Amino acid sequence: MLDMSGHSIDLTQWLTQARVHEAMGPGARSFAARLAGQLEGPVLWLTQAGGRDRLCPQGLVPHLDPARVILAHPPDRLGLLQAMEEVLRSGAAPLAVAEVAHAPDLTESRRLQLAAATGKGRGLCLIGEARTNAAETRWTCAPLPGEQESPRQKWVLVKNKRGTLGQWEVA
Amino acid sequence: MAGSGPSATRPGRRVLAIALPHLAAEARLRHEGNPGLPAPFAIAGAVKNALCLVSVSPAAQAAGLHPGQTLADARAICPDLITRPARPERHQVTLRALARWAEQFSPLVGLDRDDTLVLDISGCAHLFGGEAALCAQVAAACAGLNLTARIGLADTRGGAWALAHLAPGIAPAGQTRRVLEDMPVGALRIEAATVEALSALGLATIGALARIARGQLARRFGLQTLKRLDQALGAEPEPISPDRARPHFAARLSLPEPIGLTRDVMAGLERLLERVCADLAREYQGARHLRLTATRVDSRDESAEIRLARPGRDPMRLRALFERKVGEMDAGFGIDSLRLVALETEPLKPSQTGRESKSERVHDLISRLGNRIGFENVTRFQPNDSHIPERAFTIAAAAWSEPQSFPAGRQRPLTLFAPEPLGDGQGRDLPRRFLWRAQRFHVHSATGPERIAPEWWWDDPAWRTGLRDYWWVQTAEGPRLWLYRTHHPQVAWWVQGLGD
Repeated sequence: MLDMSGHSIDLTQWLTQARVHEAMGPGARSFAARLAGQLEGPVLWLTQAGGRDRLCPQGLVPHLDPARVILAHPPDRLGLLQAMEEVLRSGAAPLAVAEVAHAPDLTESRRLQLAAATGKGRGLCLIGEARTNAAETRWTCAPLPGEQESPRQKWVLVKNKRGTLGQWEVA
Repeated sequence: MAGSGPSATRPGRRVLAIALPHLAAEARLRHEGNPGLPAPFAIAGAVKNALCLVSVSPAAQAAGLHPGQTLADARAICPDLITRPARPERHQVTLRALARWAEQFSPLVGLDRDDTLVLDISGCAHLFGGEAALCAQVAAACAGLNLTARIGLADTRGGAWALAHLAPGIAPAGQTRRVLEDMPVGALRIEAATVEALSALGLATIGALARIARGQLARRFGLQTLKRLDQALGAEPEPISPDRARPHFAARLSLPEPIGLTRDVMAGLERLLERVCADLAREYQGARHLRLTATRVDSRDESAEIRLARPGRDPMRLRALFERKVGEMDAGFGIDSLRLVALETEPLKPSQTGRESKSERVHDLISRLGNRIGFENVTRFQPNDSHIPERAFTIAAAAWSEPQSFPAGRQRPLTLFAPEPLGDGQGRDLPRRFLWRAQRFHVHSATGPERIAPEWWWDDPAWRTGLRDYWWVQTAEGPRLWLYRTHHPQVAWWVQGLGD
């Protein structure tokens, strides 16, 4: 495993276009926000309706302009995956983030991959626990204690279908 | 203009006025399915902070009630009075519907005060067998709708209105002035206060008013009074401007044989879309909400509705939105006819077609998502001018809002939730370690406080605890938490957010 601590990382290189990726851990939302910040254009953010932890636009400001974010709140997990597929297939957004705690299974993630290949956008599922599936890469993200002004993150690439694994500590 | 006589109006002009004195009450009875109810019935609404009768049924009028009476008085006079709350917006709809209905008698139909329809019937009467026969037909048609109608026919709009309200009947051509001479000034459509003042001066009839010097009349009672007088007598023209018919975007397809396959319904829909979209393009409108109704062989209706994030009139795009909904329709034993109607439209300027811009693709995506999960569930953030963290932004439906940039501000959490009490934080000082969501945290470092005061003009139950001192806490375990301390009723610590 590559230890890239201290090096900067271009997420768009690792999270390839037209594929669906996964991120988990307490820093997953922050990971998604940073990835969105490195891309241009609208970002679709899908969360299940009625969740406790809501996204706060002011918290996104350091990474991207919240005006770029379009939120969708499907009523249940299945609706969320269907909506994610629709978003990926349309290709209107370069990044679609789905917060789906119960990770997609093999069939579901395969469908998402096909949709992403059609639309040429990126998909990122923020999951609770890893399941065997067709995700292109999987990241474990956690914040690290550090200075207040420059919060640090530890990102571990735990699965990569075509490439090496690695870990990064970023500011 | 003064004393010019009836020459100002078009010769041969005849105006029919239909006064509907019990319209609101009778229309409501008809709507509720018991027209001609023999019991007293009235509509009550708020007039200057008092609950007053707005409209009474003929039966209620016979019992001694009249509009303008307070509800309490009316109840005292007539204890078994049935009332319903007034619905002014519905009343307007009823009036417009009646105006359309009256177009069977004349193409020029207008509305006048006190629920009166005015029809320019010049050159129409002979089609109905003369003026008397026309009036009889109008009366019969109104009776058929269970509406009490009083009809007046004269050379002028004002004259017809006066006759309809005070002495229903026909003023023969050229005789309007003579008929109006003896009528009270109240027939002139002028303010009640002016009527009273005129009566106090002994000017009780229109004839008396017409004979006094015009300059003095204008000085004492304003030009409006003079204008109304001239309009009634025909010295000043008063045309009827009919409501312009709003274009209706709909198309129907009747099928020779019932169909049942989704593919066939889509083919029918394509033809309808082409027609409706051509109509929309002609009027520079775009559809926001469309409904496809399929009438089945067993005469049940199945319908599919779509909405759009931006007004549109591209048949292929609308077809794509319908695809999923049509698949869900139940064709039963087959579908006889299809009807497509644009329920909501908005102005849409013509634009270059063929090139699909990026924003159009996003709008298409919002439409598709909205039709799948509901438009209220596809949203975006909008900045809001408030220093309260949870009110510093609002959430607006993406289909009805434009993206707005956020100004940079103080550091705020990425995840915000309803405040959760800290497991063991009671002291005034920031706890060294604490319990949150069943996990123990140790404070590594902390920044703060940032004091946020509640907005006194906005009574938010969550902020009744008063001032809050916010701290950013870096835990040794990793997560950065947004904590705050309240002082009332006792010192307590809460977690409201999670940083990145």
